[in-house]
Amino acid sequence: MHTRLHLKTYVLIAVMVIAGPIGNLLIAKGMRQAGEVRLWPASELLALFLRVFGAFTIWIGIACLIGFIVAYMLALSMADYSYVQPAAALGYGVTALLAAFVLGESVSPLRWVGIGIICLGVLFIRNTHPRTTETRE
Amino acid sequence: MLELVLFVMIIVVGTAGELCLGRAMKETGELERFRPSAAIRLLWRALRVKWIWIGVTMMATAFFSLLLLLSFENLSYVVPVTALSYLVGALGGIFFLGERVSMQRWLGISLVCAGVAVVIMAR
Repeated sequence: MHTRLHLKTYVLIAVMVIAGPIGNLLIAKGMRQAGEVRLWPASELLALFLRVFGAFTIWIGIACLIGFIVAYMLALSMADYSYVQPAAALGYGVTALLAAFVLGESVSPLRWVGIGIICLGVLFIRNTHPRTTETRE
Repeated sequence: MLELVLFVMIIVVGTAGELCLGRAMKETGELERFRPSAAIRLLWRALRVKWIWIGVTMMATAFFSLLLLLSFENLSYVVPVTALSYLVGALGGIFFLGERVSMQRWLGISLVCAGVAVVIMAR
């Protein structure tokens, strides 16, 4: 029973680790294409809104993030929140890699160290049992 | 200042929204069979739980904050800093969902926080 629980959870987490970072990458790209951001007056905000959501990139990004959230919710239905969240967050490291190699952001060595420590922390958290509470009937 | 506000929106409001989703899914029940039809039925059931709508609203707010922040800040900086939501998430898991957090998990969370501190200092 527990093996199956783990397996299903791992499949969903794999979907999250792939779809989440690609979604982040695409919305970052979309926002950069949108040009200068001004929130006031309201007409500027509206124009920004139309520019952002009129572009194709942002919608593919949002589709990826929706895939991420659906996998997330399904995972949450069978494992603890504080188990799923860190495990899924491995994707945060993947996002940094995509930012550096696809968006061409310059990432300082110290920032890589910080991101490495974060991933290490995530791996630590992952080795705990997925559920400590019972599902309500 | 705007940057700080946006980070708080993403980390605190976003995590609170996720906790609401976690609560909603626990009320909805477990995914019994690993099939799309079962998954869709489960998500459909979930839509009738009030917590889901509170959660979705909060997560949408966090999402728009993330969009704004990404328009002027690097992705490779924003994403690692939002990792602070592990801490907020664990605290919320304890106080809001009644979960237990093991010693080892706390250790991992501490490491994550240390990593975030390094990323912020590296700026």
